[in-house]
Amino acid sequence: MSATGIGAPVRRTEDFRFITGKGQYTDDINRAGQAHAYFLRSPHAHADIVKIDTSKAKAMDGVIAILTGDDLAADKIGGLICGWMIHNKDGSPMRAGGHPALAQGKVRYVGDHVAVIIAETYQQAKDAAEAVDVTYKTLPAAADIDSALKKGAPVIHDVAPDNTVFNWHLGDKAATDAAFAKAKHVTKLDLINNRLVPNPMEPRAAVGDFDAGTGVFTLYTTSQNPHVARLVLSAFIGIAPEHKLRVIAPDVGGGFGSKIFIYAEETVCVWAAKKVGRPVKWTSDRTEAFLSDAHGRDHVTHAEMALDDKGRILGLRVNTKANLGAYLSTFSSSVPTYLYAPLLSGQYNIPAIYCEVDAVYTNTAPVDAYRGAGRPEATFVIERLVEVAARERGEDPALFRRKNFVTQFPHQTPVIMAYDVGNYSASLDKAMDMADVKNFGKRKKESERHGKLRGLGYSAYIEACGIAPSQAVGSLGAGVGLWESAEVRVNPVGTVEVLTGSHSHGQGHETTFAQLVSDRLGIPLDQVSIVHGDTDKVQFGMGTYGSRSGAVGMSAIAQAIDKVIAKGKKVAAYALEASEGDIDFKDGRFSVKGTDKSLAFGEVALQAYIAHKFSGQQLEPGLKETAFYDPTNFTFPAGVHICEVEIDPDTGVTRIDRWTAVDDFGVVINPMIVEGQVHGGIAQGVGQALLEGAHYNKDGQLVTASYMDYTMPRADDLPSFAVGMTSTPCPSNPLGIKGCGEAGAIAAPPAVINAITDALGHENISMPATPQRVWQAVQQSQRKLAAE
Amino acid sequence: MYAFNYQRPKTVRQAAGLLAKAGGDGKLLAGGQTLLPTMKQRLASPAMLIDLNQVDGMGGIELKGRNLHIGAMTKHADVANSHIVKTAIPGLAALAEGIGDPAVRNRGTIGGSIANNDPAADYPAACLGLGATIVTNKRKIPADEFFTGMFDTALEDGEIITKVIFPVPQKAAYEKFPNPASRYAMVGVFVGKKGSDVRVAVTGAGANGVFRLPEFEAALKTRFNAKSLDGLSVPADGLNGDIHASPDYRAHLIGVMAKRAVNKALGK
Repeated sequence: MSATGIGAPVRRTEDFRFITGKGQYTDDINRAGQAHAYFLRSPHAHADIVKIDTSKAKAMDGVIAILTGDDLAADKIGGLICGWMIHNKDGSPMRAGGHPALAQGKVRYVGDHVAVIIAETYQQAKDAAEAVDVTYKTLPAAADIDSALKKGAPVIHDVAPDNTVFNWHLGDKAATDAAFAKAKHVTKLDLINNRLVPNPMEPRAAVGDFDAGTGVFTLYTTSQNPHVARLVLSAFIGIAPEHKLRVIAPDVGGGFGSKIFIYAEETVCVWAAKKVGRPVKWTSDRTEAFLSDAHGRDHVTHAEMALDDKGRILGLRVNTKANLGAYLSTFSSSVPTYLYAPLLSGQYNIPAIYCEVDAVYTNTAPVDAYRGAGRPEATFVIERLVEVAARERGEDPALFRRKNFVTQFPHQTPVIMAYDVGNYSASLDKAMDMADVKNFGKRKKESERHGKLRGLGYSAYIEACGIAPSQAVGSLGAGVGLWESAEVRVNPVGTVEVLTGSHSHGQGHETTFAQLVSDRLGIPLDQVSIVHGDTDKVQFGMGTYGSRSGAVGMSAIAQAIDKVIAKGKKVAAYALEASEGDIDFKDGRFSVKGTDKSLAFGEVALQAYIAHKFSGQQLEPGLKETAFYDPTNFTFPAGVHICEVEIDPDTGVTRIDRWTAVDDFGVVINPMIVEGQVHGGIAQGVGQALLEGAHYNKDGQLVTASYMDYTMPRADDLPSFAVGMTSTPCPSNPLGIKGCGEAGAIAAPPAVINAITDALGHENISMPATPQRVWQAVQQSQRKLAAE
Repeated sequence: MYAFNYQRPKTVRQAAGLLAKAGGDGKLLAGGQTLLPTMKQRLASPAMLIDLNQVDGMGGIELKGRNLHIGAMTKHADVANSHIVKTAIPGLAALAEGIGDPAVRNRGTIGGSIANNDPAADYPAACLGLGATIVTNKRKIPADEFFTGMFDTALEDGEIITKVIFPVPQKAAYEKFPNPASRYAMVGVFVGKKGSDVRVAVTGAGANGVFRLPEFEAALKTRFNAKSLDGLSVPADGLNGDIHASPDYRAHLIGVMAKRAVNKALGK
């Protein structure tokens, strides 16, 4: 391993510009003559728009235009789309209601977009918004799953009179019923996976620009996948043909999924730029982010696990209701279906699984992918179930898991996934050792002496990452393929530019991708630059989400590098007057086998461009290669997290005392960055388990619309993490990478809840397990004890 | 934020004059840690802001006999770091150190906090728990008469707090259970003992703001020990309820925080 190659903990090269304030984010971009947009949003969760009177507002200082849904319709701008088709149990397609970028006749959640006010300054736009007179006829709201499914519930979209988007299922119902019929024990659980607000540090922003000379639109935007944004804005929404639309996603300050989607504001800014003849800028404030960024999770689940007399799992039956909000966001339908149910087998041998999912419209913000997307929900179900099942049987939860682990690979689960490789016991052993599980009893006694309750919780998670083989996802309803592209441009002096379809919004691609190039081409890290996020520079790519940039994005780069080396050998053969088959490439030099004749990589690059040693008929000049890499399988990162908590029964405060994470990410490019990803993921997972929860009241008002009421995880909520790794390299991509971006957020919630319930001797605690909820559970336990 | 006029008087008298002239549309700007965010969110729109930051004689910390005088414009960080406060009333310095975050503590003032009387603010509990006197440009108001309800005080139009006088107690401590999200006091209990007088003041929990607990005080007068509070409880009626804490839970926490405050005051 070289100091900058694969496996080296290289410091992030991009951090210098970020921490010195030199980053270039969308809000840092200002175009000459730029005007500012402010979105007038619905104060009601559900209402008919009777009339929008803009006359007074239009006359105000600085106002350039006020546009509504009627203007969008007049320009034949289409609605926002959901790009993953899900079919009902009976084979009929899901019921997708219209999703106009500005409301047309009806608003469906608080924060829904009613009009855009474009003015010389943001303040003027905001002032004018207060003068727009909207007459609403308010309608009853359905702010949660139960209210939306109740008989006589308000109908949110006419296309779905029962507010059900789809009734979907996966697995073999008959086989599962048979497994339950012969079960000796059945464990049952009701679970709520709490709704979360993504809260990236940088809020969404957009600058739309139109060049009347060339007819080209440019959208600067906070996107995780600028090419997909361009495709959707072009082919479906109809802003402009793709070659007349450039999308630039510059530095992006976090996304966690929420910046995958194509939203109303970005669409309106680019459309309005032409309409008003001025660049149009919008930057979300934090309240708008709470109201209108796609939220995550929000499942209500009943799950049952069938066991034989030896405690082996026979079957799993899961019924989930998923809240998708008021409209179907870009990939919303895939999250509670194909990103969820195929992971319900966890790390376990489960012969039969059947999962039913009802997706529900409510008068709340749209719900879509958020760090982990479906997999945290699945992991929460299976890891809570196995924990409770072990306790009900009086078995040690670690032994119970081990007994049911998948040990033979490849392993075909009953729910689509074919696990390629893994060693689940190895992660469990290492985690138990690092967590000093054997002395837990002593620590528990010590806590008891101080009047505290101590508990230990496991989470043995698995996820499907590196999404994904295009044919496979296409057969499941995806509207796109999920390959990735790369272009490796070698300059005449031997420096390298890599153009990637992946997009870094915090992941450190500029460092890790350069490490791969440095490793493979034997050139220093500072001779490599990574280019991403601009559809005019980079060939079509699919973007960054689902822990795919390493496994898929870097595999594409590796493939392009192989082509560069192959071409370099041809060039070197001419330059060294040898036959191509005799050229070796190693440590940055092309050499002729068995001789001392060699050329450095940079010298070969120069030969490729000056083309003096070969004719154009023999070989094309230049050294630049492109690759499109389509994976052959998902990747399956897995691991074991162990959380140890101490609870103050007087106040209900839960303190996480220890956290051990042992993850198998296959080959790791930069262990420092991977560890950082694990830390961040755990923080978000602990946030879900203990702190965060989006709460709408029954009228559909978002109560947690600011940090006054929405509890973000903070440094002092978290312990120092003990992070370890095991490795079974992934066989399905050339680098052996599995992906690490979501693991912590997937693993953490059940580990925390299993630890709290272990401490309390109580199985019923909802997330977030706030001090109030824990205190209430303590009261219940004490009452139960008193009664016994 | 809406447009407003801005004045920066040099004396309390000038400030009072400007406040009177502005009628109901004027607002005093001390540390601005509540007022400015509220204005930015367009929830407040005073026509005139009268900035007190250059007014002479409104700052400073002084021990006069057995009384600690703190100027109204004294910042939380200065109270927290003051050797005089740490020596005279360490519980008050500790309270100031726990307000908000470093940015808030280096801008926010004691006078501003008291005048605002946020039901979840910390200082009102100290004023009530120590039996402080609020001094204004017009009169002296005992803390017991000052805090009249949520965001409401005995201050009259044109009245400006100039300082707060705290009698130095033998023992005092504050124990706060922070709201998990905002970290304002969800329940905060200040306990003060001076001679035979014991005061127990609660912030964060009451629907009408800070209040005292006569039953707790009586029990602690008999014996100033956490055990004296065993068996005592606070009724949930009249306490705040929200997504973070029900009135029942707040009532329970008052008891827990009161005991912890007593232990802290006793150096336990």
